[in-house]
Amino acid sequence: MNGIVHEIETLARMGPRAINALLEGRKFPVVEGRTVTFVFRGHVDEVRLRHWIHGLPQAQPFHHVQGTDLWFLAVDVPDGSRLEYKLEVVVGGEHRLIQDPLNDNVALDPYGVNSVVYTAGYMVPEWSLPDPDARPGEIVEQEIDARAFGDKRPCQVYLPARFRPSRSYPLLIVHDGADYVRYASLKTVLDNLIHRLEIPSMIVALIPSQDRLNEYADDKRHAKFLVEDLLPHLQKSFPLVDKPSARGLMGASFGAVASLAAAWRHQGVFGNLLLQSGSFAFTDIGKHDRGPVFDPVVRFVNAFRKQPGHPADHLFVSCGVYESLIYYNRSLVPFLQKSGLDVRYVESNDGHNWENWRDRLREGLSWLYPGPLWMVYE
Amino acid sequence: MLLGPQRNQPTLNQAVASVRAHGPLATITAGWEEREGEDQEMRDHLGGRTVNLRLWERAEEVARRDPELNEASNHKRERLRLMHELYRVRLGHALDAARELLRRAPSNGDADVLEGEREAAIEAVRTLDSFHMMRVVDLQHDFETRMKPLERDSVDRHRREIGAILSECGALCVAGGHVVVLQHRMRLFDVLGLMHGQPIFAWSAGAMALSERIVLFHDSPPQGPGNSELFEQGLGVFPNLLPLPHARKRLHLHDRHKVALMARRFAPAQVIAFDSLTRMDWDGECWHGQPGTQRLTDKGILVQAGTA
Repeated sequence: MNGIVHEIETLARMGPRAINALLEGRKFPVVEGRTVTFVFRGHVDEVRLRHWIHGLPQAQPFHHVQGTDLWFLAVDVPDGSRLEYKLEVVVGGEHRLIQDPLNDNVALDPYGVNSVVYTAGYMVPEWSLPDPDARPGEIVEQEIDARAFGDKRPCQVYLPARFRPSRSYPLLIVHDGADYVRYASLKTVLDNLIHRLEIPSMIVALIPSQDRLNEYADDKRHAKFLVEDLLPHLQKSFPLVDKPSARGLMGASFGAVASLAAAWRHQGVFGNLLLQSGSFAFTDIGKHDRGPVFDPVVRFVNAFRKQPGHPADHLFVSCGVYESLIYYNRSLVPFLQKSGLDVRYVESNDGHNWENWRDRLREGLSWLYPGPLWMVYE
Repeated sequence: MLLGPQRNQPTLNQAVASVRAHGPLATITAGWEEREGEDQEMRDHLGGRTVNLRLWERAEEVARRDPELNEASNHKRERLRLMHELYRVRLGHALDAARELLRRAPSNGDADVLEGEREAAIEAVRTLDSFHMMRVVDLQHDFETRMKPLERDSVDRHRREIGAILSECGALCVAGGHVVVLQHRMRLFDVLGLMHGQPIFAWSAGAMALSERIVLFHDSPPQGPGNSELFEQGLGVFPNLLPLPHARKRLHLHDRHKVALMARRFAPAQVIAFDSLTRMDWDGECWHGQPGTQRLTDKGILVQAGTA
């Protein structure tokens, strides 16, 4: 039994005051080595830990301390982990998903707010936090004539600090760009890494999609939009280095599929791919079990595995080990390498979430777009 | 005079005032590359009395007007790139050995044995650095002998203009930026050969370019092992001092082994941490460190840089 569990069980017998004293001024969940102990207090029928760690039961029940309103659950989590979760509270047959009331650490994503716990060795990277010394870039709005889709589409463009029309810049196109800015601090990260000379001053196109599950799943219209509508628009509007080695695509989850698929359909256009937690589902035999939305993805990845070609020169691939997608990503890497592509693959003790993707940005961006760090001393 | 970085806490005007330089102040901001002309802040800081030598712009024009020289420069740059790539292969192993021996604790009565191996390991790094420097110097010498850049019309026209400007100026201020771009531009026009003994103020890459050896450094880059490397011969304006701008940001100065290795590798030069508000003055015979300016020592600690 770990220390906090022993303490809970001992103090709980001493009454509500002792429980109050236990909870006051202490941070929860309690991390002791690899053991994370979650605590909940309230008159409820059941409490469960809901998380997205592949391999563990998705809803683990808390233990109730008899005669009290205290509940706890101890879970084994490796060092250096980031774990997003919610509590499922059951009262009178009604189930509610809530943030952990005893934990102030939260992470945002498009679906709301999750509680977060960090185990020993994990730190929020300082390069992802605002640095007053870093000159800020700016984001400008553009509208793209998307002939591939027969409509017009918004696009935000990040221009680095001290942008000069007389200079040529490398380009990165980011799928779900606004989400990357909002949930993965992408603008702050770009400002900081450029300021630190770890990446060059660069132009970053932040693109959205109204229908990402279809358009990002190897939709040939999307690939055409990138290459025949967006890229020419950007080339006309901004000073870009006109060679594939200075162009890249980036995305997470289905955005990674969209990046790889577009580069595969239009080989020789993009030199760099940054693929995070790609939904690269495939089948060796039989049917997949991921639902119909994955049908075009599986068709694409199967076709890609048959004939990989040369979608890009350099691919940075990352995935969290707590994701169900880890199997597909691990499988993809040796295959890419065998195909003669230059691949950097990184895993993290994290799940399928934006902060995991944020935490890998420094390594990915600086590998694909090395900055003048060694040469510039201002 | 060598100064710490000037962006956040500029001290250049005080340094200039301390020598009573008369007339306009020539400035070199070629390390800023295409932003060379955006020097208003520095101009204001110096009371508006600056003349920018525009070396970056001039060199761009030389490249356009003299394709033969430009092609030879590109060829030289490509050879240099290859030399560095190969040098790095050997350097990585040599530094690994030196670091491991420096980290190893001596056991009873064996300190002299260990120290002998450490000395030899550091000497191996120094030998490698010297070999690399010799090759780089030979390459530069071949280039200058073959192309005679200073005798070419494309360069000479600018040299005459630069010389005329410098003859009116009371001092030269060399800013930071891209150290190799800066050094190449200053070398291309032999700016120092056009001076008349005026004082020079330099900081960051400016200080590095004027030193005897240009050493690139960063202990925790996002990629690679972070091995400090000798890059090229500097312009050699001053002896026995290796400037390390932004040392606190770029180096693990709390790591005694790393500090000791840096100091021993580049001895007898004083290895100076140039952070904001630091300054070293050369009086023609020796260096004088302003209070707060520190040097790295072979004991692995930083001490006030004094007279040397």
